[in-house]
Amino acid sequence: MKDMSQMIVEASGVTKVYGSGNTEVVAVSDVSLNVARGEIVALLGPSGAGKSTLLTILGLIRPPDAGRIVIGQTLVFDGHLRVNARTFRREHLGFVFQKANLIPFLTAAENVQLAMEINDASPREARLRTLELLEYLGIMDRADHLPAKLSGGQQQRVAVARALANRPSLILADEPTAALDSVRGRQVMELFRNVAHEQNTGVIVVTHDHRALDVFDHAMEMEDGKLRISQLK
Amino acid sequence: MNLAIKDIRHNLGRFVLTTFGISLLLMLVIGMGGIYRGLVEEATLLLDRIGADLWVVQKDTRGPFAEISRIPRSVEDRVLAVPGVESASSFISHTIQREYRGRPLRLTIQGLSWPADRGQWLPIFSGRTIGQAHYEMVADKSSDLNVGDRIPLGKNIYTVVGLTYKMSSTSGDSMAFLTLTDAQDVQFDLSNEAIRNEREARVNRLQSLDLGNVQPQLSDIVGGKSSGIPALGTSMVSAVIVHVKPGCNPSSVAAKIASWPDVSVYTHAGQSELLLRGMVDKARRQLGLFRVLLIMVSAVIMALILYTLTLDKLHDIAMLKLMGARNSVILALIMQQALLLGILGFFIANLIGNWLFPLFPRRVVIVQGDLMQLAVIVIAISILASLLGIVKALRVDPSEVLS
Repeated sequence: MKDMSQMIVEASGVTKVYGSGNTEVVAVSDVSLNVARGEIVALLGPSGAGKSTLLTILGLIRPPDAGRIVIGQTLVFDGHLRVNARTFRREHLGFVFQKANLIPFLTAAENVQLAMEINDASPREARLRTLELLEYLGIMDRADHLPAKLSGGQQQRVAVARALANRPSLILADEPTAALDSVRGRQVMELFRNVAHEQNTGVIVVTHDHRALDVFDHAMEMEDGKLRISQLK
Repeated sequence: MNLAIKDIRHNLGRFVLTTFGISLLLMLVIGMGGIYRGLVEEATLLLDRIGADLWVVQKDTRGPFAEISRIPRSVEDRVLAVPGVESASSFISHTIQREYRGRPLRLTIQGLSWPADRGQWLPIFSGRTIGQAHYEMVADKSSDLNVGDRIPLGKNIYTVVGLTYKMSSTSGDSMAFLTLTDAQDVQFDLSNEAIRNEREARVNRLQSLDLGNVQPQLSDIVGGKSSGIPALGTSMVSAVIVHVKPGCNPSSVAAKIASWPDVSVYTHAGQSELLLRGMVDKARRQLGLFRVLLIMVSAVIMALILYTLTLDKLHDIAMLKLMGARNSVILALIMQQALLLGILGFFIANLIGNWLFPLFPRRVVIVQGDLMQLAVIVIAISILASLLGIVKALRVDPSEVLS
């Protein structure tokens, strides 16, 4: 039994339905899950299982139709959105996607720095934290390069640095290694594990890649919008 | 971190080309205003340079600029006798077009009332004013004539002794200044054959009258120069310009002259208003409408450009929203670019205009007040033009990052 005070995500009865009538699709059906601080969780399942939809719900990108979600002791949804989604994302959440989605006209360092300046950090403070993160992720020498001049793996590391910039309590990653080769993919997964363990951050990673499952503390599998398997290592 | 500047630096070539395009449009807007100001200045230029208090013209005409006016030169002497008049001189103005060095030479001839008026008030650019009673000319440099050029007009050849600058008529033709009698000679020049025919006709008319039979020696007079026939009267001029004595009210002098049944009289302000209302008003309205249309076209083009620039950044804007960026960050990104586009375009338009407008065949007068007004309009249309992009950007769903 998990210690609930250490929970970063507590979700219960989360449901999301697209369309209506004959075109109705239940993308997420009555899903309940808990993720603890410092824990890295894999969300597995075939395409169309509802993994990404669940991630967008937990990331307050799309609201669910039903359920209750608490993130870091804050009730964010119980039939209605209880927080300002954009502000909450800015202050508490970090995102990494299959594509790095870096702003193309900003350098690697500026992409990271921007996330902090958006959250009202002073430029000096943001710059120091950026350099610290780039150093931590091993891409300090690429700090002043534009995204177009970075490899896929380097871009993804910058995206991770950006996700970590505001010290989020929860990182949501949607197939972050899909565009990378197996070696670089594993490096990124290990990076997430280190972040979770060293910075006491909850990390949920949607992935198809079963080869790197040993990296995770906890793996869940979704099928037809339902959580089928939930297993602890 | 200024996202607008970062984006511009990243897409510098596109931004420079876009700004250049906008600046060309704005230059046209500035040019339209300048052409109108030039029309007004050209229209009132001679009036202001002469600085006469009163203009005496043919009865019930608005001459000499608005329409043809003919009054006897003797009116000048009558005017001089009016109390309060300090000086009066005849004024003659007409436009000629001749062929010179294989090119059309179009000049508006102004007669100077020699010797009282030697053209000392003219803005001489090169050479000197008129120094003798006949056969000298001062021309404007826009006519492409040079000091020393010898121009055949009528039966005489006139030497250009001086050049003025910025002396154009209301229709934009270069001005040329001759003495009054020379100007009349040019205006009323007839070929020798026409003169002989006219003299012969006069003699024939006389011989068909009793008077011709009773006084046959009259045929010697009518067969001679027109100026030698007292019945034909004195030569005609376009107007008589009047300066009143210091401290004397021009309106009261005008009232006295206006009571004469054969002339009309206008004050300087009245003549100026006639020129502007009668001759420039339609051009002003036409240019004004064209200017408004150009501003509207500029606004639409700017809106389309900014909308397209925003569409190119929709994915980045969705990412910014997903990261939690406030609307003000996105709004600033688009609006700052719009303002930079407008303001830079305006300054470049000014620079190009300053270089290009002096090459225009007619005067383009740029007034600081007009530039300030346009600057405010440009800022306003930049803001308005960015609204379309802003609305689109604010509607972007952060989940579009996932697509």
